[in-house]
Amino acid sequence: MGLPVQHLWLIPAIPLAAAAVGAAAPRRARALASAAAILSMAGAFILSCLALSTALGAPALHQSYNFDWFQLGSGAVRLGWVLDPLTALMCVMVTFVSTLIFIFSVGYMKEDENFKQFFCFLSLFAAAMMGIIVSNSLLLVFISWELVGLASYLLIGFWFTKPAAAAAAKKAFITTRIGDLGFFLGILWLNNAAGSLLFYDGGQGVLEASVLGSLSAKVTVGGIAVSTAIGLLVFCGAVGKSGQFPLHVWLPDAMEGPTPVSALIHAATMVAAGVFLIARVYPLMTADQALAHVPIHALTVVAFIGAITALLGALIAVAQNDIKRVLAFSTVSQLGYMMLALGVGSWVAAIFHLLTHAFFKALLFLGAGSVIHAAHHEQDMRRLGGLGAKMRVTFAAFAVGMMALAGVPFLFSGYWSKEAILHAAYEWEPSMIPLVMALAAVVLTSFYMTRLLAEVFLGKARSKEADHAHENPAVMTAPLVILAVCAVLLGFLGTPAWPWLQSALTGKAVEPRSLVEGASLVILSVLLVCTGLGAGWALYGRRLRQSSTAADPLESSWPRAYAFSASRFKFDELYAAVFGRLNLALATLSDWLDRRLWGGLVDLVGRFGVTAGHFNRETDDEGLNTGFNAASEELRSVGKLYSRIQTGEAHGYLRIMAVGFVVLAILSMMGGAK
Amino acid sequence: MSSHPLEICLVFSSLLFCVGLAGALSRSNSILVLLGIELMLNAANLNFVAFWRYGASPAPATGVVFVAFSVAVAAAEAAVGLALVISIYRRQKSIRLQEAVRLKG
Repeated sequence: MGLPVQHLWLIPAIPLAAAAVGAAAPRRARALASAAAILSMAGAFILSCLALSTALGAPALHQSYNFDWFQLGSGAVRLGWVLDPLTALMCVMVTFVSTLIFIFSVGYMKEDENFKQFFCFLSLFAAAMMGIIVSNSLLLVFISWELVGLASYLLIGFWFTKPAAAAAAKKAFITTRIGDLGFFLGILWLNNAAGSLLFYDGGQGVLEASVLGSLSAKVTVGGIAVSTAIGLLVFCGAVGKSGQFPLHVWLPDAMEGPTPVSALIHAATMVAAGVFLIARVYPLMTADQALAHVPIHALTVVAFIGAITALLGALIAVAQNDIKRVLAFSTVSQLGYMMLALGVGSWVAAIFHLLTHAFFKALLFLGAGSVIHAAHHEQDMRRLGGLGAKMRVTFAAFAVGMMALAGVPFLFSGYWSKEAILHAAYEWEPSMIPLVMALAAVVLTSFYMTRLLAEVFLGKARSKEADHAHENPAVMTAPLVILAVCAVLLGFLGTPAWPWLQSALTGKAVEPRSLVEGASLVILSVLLVCTGLGAGWALYGRRLRQSSTAADPLESSWPRAYAFSASRFKFDELYAAVFGRLNLALATLSDWLDRRLWGGLVDLVGRFGVTAGHFNRETDDEGLNTGFNAASEELRSVGKLYSRIQTGEAHGYLRIMAVGFVVLAILSMMGGAK
Repeated sequence: MSSHPLEICLVFSSLLFCVGLAGALSRSNSILVLLGIELMLNAANLNFVAFWRYGASPAPATGVVFVAFSVAVAAAEAAVGLALVISIYRRQKSIRLQEAVRLKG
């Protein structure tokens, strides 16, 4: 039994219906809203599994179903669904993680008065995310993309009475919009150049050989192939959504939202949308690879941006003190890895890491949420501590997530996916710099995760809140346990010895890689992980923090570097100084132009009028006056009469308009009856 | 009642118009009045599309183009309207329409 491609729309439609139910339900219908959301996600999960079995069993790699949306002139705007292993695996992952997070939210948001809206927004988000995944048209992807942005805005600003949350929501929305502008330009260009936005369309789609050939053959400014330019513009959108350097600044601030939101949107799924998008349009990104004479290949840019992001995120995460901020920057860093994998030519490794990361990062965020919920919304890890003994299930699950993220060898999923990426970077010919940066980030990742674990769970409680913490109910711990199991097992889908995932995604049998090949890299990365773990343990595990105000060991050794990293390399200040000031200067200039230049011109015309008027008055006063005086007296009294209608009350006007409308309607009906 | 799609559209758009009108007339919050006006505008847009789709010549995209323009104008209008509401709010710390009477003749 499977789900044929023409019914693929059901997967986003079910959560959308749940969102509609949530929106229409009254505020007190809490159980209804949450049940609708959870059941719809579970239903979507089952459908996704059916879709996966269809996709894996089908002879063709990509099945698509297209239809006319509307006729415009001689052509039609067409949309469609596409079903391939990539779509199906993403659907299964997103629906599964979402279901668990929805269940967790029931416990986490229990005391919130806007409980119902929360589930409505979550369902809307899930529906939009599914829309991105299943659509076969860049236009439909863009529509869903923006809906995801909207849902993200609503959820980051869910506690909108907190000024920080409202500001963070705005920041996320505007920052991603900058990337989306590039994305939109890319879509327009592609539509213009290829005449279609469908991915797969029986040979005519933009990801199929004939169109790609013509796109890469054309050249635009600076000798860049058109396909490169369009690919880079689309990549802009991915940079914004996936928190890549230089648009990563919104992602850490997005942690102002409730923790389940951070887990679902800003760790597991939405931020992965950018990676997914690039993987989806991968044929477009690689179309220029065969050209030798072009100045730049699209993927080179992707690789370097990814490597920079991976290292930058890890460097900043080392000096953060808020649990969720550390995790947020680790997300930035891991997304950098995925982009790096895409850039060095292994989109399969990117998707592998995307899938494993979704599980262990959702696990880590839910674990953090469990800690925060238990410790009465205390998120500063200097003021936590000693929670390991009080919250055993959370501790165990969090430790599994931490080891998966750090890439502890052989047992945890994060190791296998990261190893796949490092291997791909190792084999990349143009440059070794990205590999070096990625390896540096490996050390840092295991270091800061050890720090996080030691500070939060070991030692003794350093505040009243942490002292009173106790384990959460099963509705919150059960999702943690399930995710922890997945965080271990998922890695075995794509080990070098049994590359099932790689074969499934590409539709070709992939030969198992022998262990000898690239063994030096494996040994090196294992050593680096151990270095990071050891350093973290030496600094934070052996000498546990004694009080919430004690200085960080790194802070006392390198105060300047630590402060620089803690202030997130001053990116916000830089942007405020450059773009904020630029905007202000433009506004001041417009203001000046408006007041002086255009104002001056208007003034001049006015003055001319006044002079002419003076002249007129002189002539008037001499002759012609009396007759006009009488007439104008009349006019004035009539005007006074009319001005009484001008009460300034908009309702009065509206009412008169409505009466007029009714009279018109009656008149036209009488006319019709004749 | 007939089930011709055009008539269904028209009945729906008149209902939408009435909802918008009722909202615009009965609310004192200026944002909600703006909302009502937008609803009325959308009812008109719906008529455009309905008459185009089920009218004499659905081939050229006349109705849709009208609506595209009208939606763009409506967006600009909403932006101006909300800016006005904000500036009224700044001036008198209230957005009740009954209190915004400074423009009387």
